[in-house]
Amino acid sequence: MRTVPVRPGPAVPCGLPAAARPIVRLCLVALVLLAFAVPAGATTDDDQFAAAVDALALGSYNDRVAAIEALAALGDPRAVAVLEALMARDLYTRKDTGAVVIGAPADSRRQVRPVDPVTGTIGEPVRTRSLAKIRVNNRVRRAIRSALGALTLADPEPARRLDAAQAVFTARDPDQLVPVRRALEHEADPDVRAALVQAAAAIELAAGSPAERLAAIAVLAESSDPAVQALLSERLLDRDGAPVEPDDEVRAAAADALDRIEQRIAMWRLVGDVYRGVSLGSVLLLAAIGLAITFGVMGVINMAHGEMVMLGAYTTFVLQDAIRTHAPGLFDWSLLIAVPLAFAVAGLVGIAIERGVIRFLYGRPLETLLATWGLSLILQQAVRTVFGPTNREVGTPDWMQGAFETAAGITLTYNRLVIIVFALAVFAVLLAVIRKSAFGLEMRAVTQNRRMASAMGIRTGWVDALTFGLGSGIAGIAGVALSQIDNVSPNLGQSYIVDSFMVVVFGGVGNLWGTLAGALSLGVANKLLEPTVGPVLGKILVLVAIILFIQKRPRGLFALKGRAVEA
Amino acid sequence: MAGHASRAQTAPIDLGGALLLIAVLGAAVAVPYCNLVLPPSSPWHVEGWVVQLLGKYLCFALLAVSVDLIWGYCGILSLGHGAFFALGGYAMGMHLMREIGDRGVYGHSELPDFMVFLNWSELPWYWTGFDLFWLAALMVLAVPGLLAFVFGWLAFRSRVTGVYLSIMTQAMTYALMLAFFRNDMGFGGNNGLTDFKDLLGYDLQADATRAGLFAASALALVFGYLACRRLVTSTFGQVLIAIRDAESRTRFLGYRVEHYKLVAFVVSAMLAGVAGALYVPQVGIINPGEFSPANSIEIVVWVAVGGRGTLYGAAVGAVLVNYAKTYFTGAMPDVWLFFLGGLFVAVTVLLPRGLTGLFRGVRGPSAFGRGAAGG
Amino acid sequence: MSARVRTAAAAGVVGLAALVSGAALAQDAPPIKVGILHSLSGTMAISETTLKDVMLMLIDRQNAAGGVLGRPLEAVVVDPASNWPLFAEKARELIEQDEVAVVFGCWTSVSRKSVLPVFEELNGLLFYPVQYEGEESSRNVFYTGAAPNQQAIPAVEYLMSEDGGAAERWVLLGTDYVYPRTTNKILRAFLNANGITDADIFENYTPFGHSDWQTIVGQVKAFASAGKRTAVVSTINGDANVPFYKELANQGISAEDIPVVAFSVGEEELAGLDTAPLVGHLAAWNYFMSVDTEDNADFIDAWLDFIGDDARVTNDPMEAHYIGFNMWVQAVSQAGTTDVDAVRQAMYGQRARNLTGGVAVMNTNHHLSKPVLIGEIQDDGQFETVWSTDGVVVGDAWSDYIPESAKLTADWTYPWVCGNCEAPRFPVTAE
Repeated sequence: MRTVPVRPGPAVPCGLPAAARPIVRLCLVALVLLAFAVPAGATTDDDQFAAAVDALALGSYNDRVAAIEALAALGDPRAVAVLEALMARDLYTRKDTGAVVIGAPADSRRQVRPVDPVTGTIGEPVRTRSLAKIRVNNRVRRAIRSALGALTLADPEPARRLDAAQAVFTARDPDQLVPVRRALEHEADPDVRAALVQAAAAIELAAGSPAERLAAIAVLAESSDPAVQALLSERLLDRDGAPVEPDDEVRAAAADALDRIEQRIAMWRLVGDVYRGVSLGSVLLLAAIGLAITFGVMGVINMAHGEMVMLGAYTTFVLQDAIRTHAPGLFDWSLLIAVPLAFAVAGLVGIAIERGVIRFLYGRPLETLLATWGLSLILQQAVRTVFGPTNREVGTPDWMQGAFETAAGITLTYNRLVIIVFALAVFAVLLAVIRKSAFGLEMRAVTQNRRMASAMGIRTGWVDALTFGLGSGIAGIAGVALSQIDNVSPNLGQSYIVDSFMVVVFGGVGNLWGTLAGALSLGVANKLLEPTVGPVLGKILVLVAIILFIQKRPRGLFALKGRAVEA
Repeated sequence: MAGHASRAQTAPIDLGGALLLIAVLGAAVAVPYCNLVLPPSSPWHVEGWVVQLLGKYLCFALLAVSVDLIWGYCGILSLGHGAFFALGGYAMGMHLMREIGDRGVYGHSELPDFMVFLNWSELPWYWTGFDLFWLAALMVLAVPGLLAFVFGWLAFRSRVTGVYLSIMTQAMTYALMLAFFRNDMGFGGNNGLTDFKDLLGYDLQADATRAGLFAASALALVFGYLACRRLVTSTFGQVLIAIRDAESRTRFLGYRVEHYKLVAFVVSAMLAGVAGALYVPQVGIINPGEFSPANSIEIVVWVAVGGRGTLYGAAVGAVLVNYAKTYFTGAMPDVWLFFLGGLFVAVTVLLPRGLTGLFRGVRGPSAFGRGAAGG
Repeated sequence: MSARVRTAAAAGVVGLAALVSGAALAQDAPPIKVGILHSLSGTMAISETTLKDVMLMLIDRQNAAGGVLGRPLEAVVVDPASNWPLFAEKARELIEQDEVAVVFGCWTSVSRKSVLPVFEELNGLLFYPVQYEGEESSRNVFYTGAAPNQQAIPAVEYLMSEDGGAAERWVLLGTDYVYPRTTNKILRAFLNANGITDADIFENYTPFGHSDWQTIVGQVKAFASAGKRTAVVSTINGDANVPFYKELANQGISAEDIPVVAFSVGEEELAGLDTAPLVGHLAAWNYFMSVDTEDNADFIDAWLDFIGDDARVTNDPMEAHYIGFNMWVQAVSQAGTTDVDAVRQAMYGQRARNLTGGVAVMNTNHHLSKPVLIGEIQDDGQFETVWSTDGVVVGDAWSDYIPESAKLTADWTYPWVCGNCEAPRFPVTAE
């Protein structure tokens, strides 16, 4: 084993959002420097290496791919820094000398510090204009990644070794079998080990003897990766339907393994669909839960509810904007800070609406529909006037990015996971407020019997205003979450209003548990139907089912009992 | 609550209604005359686009009257009436598509352009017969009527009322919108039905046809108004009002509440279908956007702005709001939504009986809120 | 939107200043009215408002350069509110009531279909700036956006090429309306002609504003795991794109594994997104903001000054309006009148510089000849051109890949004088 210089693991911060880019640049410099800091056991002489690097700058994308493969074939550890720079579009040719240099960030954005790829010497900053960027496209990037895979099988960072093993699996190059075996001897990380074993099996399946192929199939049969499924089915039948595998025994084993894998994948798919359903349900829950207060508890048909959600999303946008300019370090916390702010903004607007318009309409619930419809038009146009009609970018903090890969290629994304947890948390808090707090008690008293509550000394007017503010504020919080998965535009609220009403009515007006059950069951039903009938038909079927269900249970899933309902 | 029947509620025509009828009938004669007969130089000449615009308003007025029949007199707030309007429109649109014949872009004798384009080999079964005008006209009434019958029968029988019913009607129109947006449905998807050539052999681009359609819309509005008025002033109408004001009490008195509601709902849906059928040839397009829940809410807003429970108020509201929309979208395109939104808020808060309420006495339909809410 | 005069605006106005600079702009000359028919509210406001603004800017610049025919231009802005019947009503109002000389407007196909009869009946003139499905050539409309053969086919050819990644398996994702349906129909025919079987094509349609992409992105991943190189062609429209790309990024689909080429995603759509995880996904257009030419730099400067916000971007439909407007100005100057028939005749063969270099030509089928560019998304929300056509591509009104339309010809000059004919209207006389 060669000793390879230790460097900070770039797997975490690379390729991440705008705010993180300076950090990536810094880490790149460190990376470049470290690559040269430790005298690596260079297997090539400098001239050969320099020639291979210079070849990167020449010719078409085709030539560049060839040059990358040639450079990687040298096996020189210095190539890693060069290829990573090329990947990040930080590799340049000097317009004056034609030499290839790595651009390390300088103090000014218009300048870079040229780093000599062979010696690692850092030059004086030069203007970017004097350099020509070496262009890459997807194909070149893919070649780089595969080359890096071969070079990084022995990388100290497990995540990169995993990438490398996966690259070998995809490439299925018989030449890689020996390095993979060698890597397996030392590999301690279980994930990487599994990937390496799978990669070795994939190579042997393609190129081994019948016995080796059988052994390989036994290894592969334990996988539930769709890529393995594809690999095995290709081994069985080629594109025109002719069998590929010559040996009968091996073919039978492969067919058997394929069956088992397919069963496992089908099971995981179902798990995935349910997860997506719960995730959609949590979005519906967030969108509807505020409405469950304003509409469900107070009886106000609040057509401006969607606009409260939109206000929450725009609050997040404004806050992130301020954070970016004044306190970039807080960016990771921006969403958490946005939650109380959005609650306050939407809540205050809600209170203003209640005091200004809705309080004149109690006892005329259907008329609240008209007034709030007018308000929603006004709010939309106001946002359009202030922020413009185009989408606004709300960034995602690092901790919400990425996904959790389960077996069978089902991806559970972190942002959805966060939203599910968040929705449930909001639900729990709201439930606690209504059940346990003094305000919750007054609120229930006023909605159940206004006159008596008033006679008991409750200021019903204020309770009304605060209740409406609470419902609106919750909608604002929903806006913070929705800004992570949807457009932040003046139309944001409109797309959720019909669904929100559906959820509340389906669950049972005036019952928070009903809203929870309604949202989750609608979400899961939609997502279970979608793979078979498509999203539109699925949605139509769910709507028709709701209409029919309401005939059966005119007051929804969880109907309130007693005479209060009839009022 | 509004138990006793005042004179305005039983007379064949009330004052507002009489004024409306005079205005509409007058327009039905005057507008085509001013458009077709008077020379363009005359100060009284009415231009073609004005005729078309007024015709559109009258269709909306009829639609609003149909909503007022069930909302104002029966307490059923339908947030899905746009669906009946659009279905009537589609029925007419399908006939107009068949009328194009082989004058389409691809020159196919039977299939509309969009079907040729999506590789359909023959007309789907539900398009058969739409080349016959009488059948299409029947469908204009039958399809919305049938949908209303099925929906209403289910909903009223199981006593889905008030807000629940409103949201269900919204779900209905939303589901239909999604369905009609699908190109696989065979109704032209998002582009809908368009590029109509003629109706009953009359060129739709001709001034005379437009004036004729305008007059037809005016007559349909008059007829629709009179039919609704007849309905609500009869004994049947008295029961409807009783249902609106106290549904359970009416039921306890022995009336089959759901039958009364169903009849009103179906009649209303059919009137909406007629309005849609007259609307389509005048605007030249029918698209699933007509099913959007927002459209249906807007219809209700017209009724509220004009004044509910009067029938004529609904018609006035529809014309006024749409005129305001036409005017503001041209005159102040950047801020017109503020005006429109403000108008809705102001009317609901300040004028609970709508604009026509300003001219009505203190008597007449009152105490809507609780009764109309129903739930 | 008050019309403001900008001194810098004169730059970049296609050599026209020379034509009119002699004629002093008479103060009392009646203005020429230009109608702007773009939705400022409703679902399409998000895209169309920008086009309204760019038209106001172009008109400002033209007025600063002396107007047209010695008369100032006056913009008449209306709001059709993303409501299709309202589009027809407003078009009629613009032509009959306001008596505009020309209308620049529409975005969606359905809005164009809605106003088409109005323009044909009243003999108006519409410039339509958005890429669309083709299959149309109206005598009263000039189509300045791309036809399918100027966008879709080159993009697919690129992805099939060695450089583009040699894709063998194709996912066609679209919003369920006529543009994606047509484009995909054409693409399927094209792919079949290139030896790709239907088993290797996955076609899927979603409704407008679709926001939950988990299942479909999962399906794409599964489809792509079959071992062949897979590419996605996206004709997803409008608002649905942001959640789609967010889901792609979150499920870890990188452009190196499964490149997505989009025909409806431009700089404006990317403005609402963090593009770092999307680097390498592609778009095919006739224009990118990143293209480095003097004309483009001037245009971007003027736009940013006009709109007063440096964060704004430019995109392809804006360039289409720029070309269309310049051509109309030239045609009016050439004809010496704003009369629609005269201007239409003057439009044929009219040439105007593209912002990306080269010259666009208006053909007799009312479509432009324009260059086609393919760009990859960069982490700054811009596209970097990775491929472009050598010269310009002639826009086809009728696709060669659809049997019914392959036989149709659009040519509005003698002897054809027809938008959809199989034979010329007039006998072809031998020379």
